[in-house]
Amino acid sequence: MNEFGYIFIVIGLGADFIGMLSLLRMPDVYTRMQAAVKTITLGTCAIILGVLFSYGISEVGFKALLCIALIGLTAPVSAHALARGAHKSGIPLSTESVCDHYHHSIVPSGEEKGNA
Amino acid sequence: MKSSVLLFICCVVIWLGLNWPLTAGSLLSGVIVSIIVAALTGDMFVTRPHIAAHVRRYFWLAYYIVLLAVEVVKANIDIVFRVVHPDIPVNPGIVRVKTTIKSETGLTLLANSITCSTGTCTVDVDAGNGEVYVHWLDVKSQNTEAATELIVKKFEKVLQRIFD
Repeated sequence: MNEFGYIFIVIGLGADFIGMLSLLRMPDVYTRMQAAVKTITLGTCAIILGVLFSYGISEVGFKALLCIALIGLTAPVSAHALARGAHKSGIPLSTESVCDHYHHSIVPSGEEKGNA
Repeated sequence: MKSSVLLFICCVVIWLGLNWPLTAGSLLSGVIVSIIVAALTGDMFVTRPHIAAHVRRYFWLAYYIVLLAVEVVKANIDIVFRVVHPDIPVNPGIVRVKTTIKSETGLTLLANSITCSTGTCTVDVDAGNGEVYVHWLDVKSQNTEAATELIVKKFEKVLQRIFD
């Protein structure tokens, strides 16, 4: 049971490392946000799952389960709030970007409205 | 009344989990605080208590959790590929997609699932018009209907069965 837990902890550390790397390599704030929130949700949940497997359903295990539920619910919400805040304060998408329908929804510009 | 009872049960279960080696003191204080909280705020958080009695919804909820876990793992494999690749192959953009989910909980969970699934992240939700703005790492279609088909449909069907 313990070894099984260690496998999950190593997977989680690997995912967290990739998340860190994505913060350095991605071109703009939205792509970074996106890469970081996914890897860190999985990474942290996997580490906590490893703790759960190591301890079994005990006083530690149940708290671990609760943490997984809370992280799964709150991490995407915080990413969503940060992305929205970044867009509202005018941080542009990277030059590789192909479209930005959200911008058109705030500042209507005639023909771009609808299925641009 | 029903919603207060539901909230009371949720509070007590979470409290018991946090204080697992059970003692009389912790149980008593937890129950008293839960009664106060449930009586004061029951109608605020649980607006439609009757849907908690539908057994079918719990099976769909279990299916949704499995679906979400699979999607999170798939999304991470995708991100690993993109980040480790020397050229960083991204083709990003924000697209508009439509949803027919009406309930607030359903919309919140839909936005969360989109953020957790492969290459997409919710930027804003327009609940009045049923529109979701999604940042997409690899834009396959800028058309609203085609993007809806690719991003929203797989979660929408399940979430509608749970919350609507």
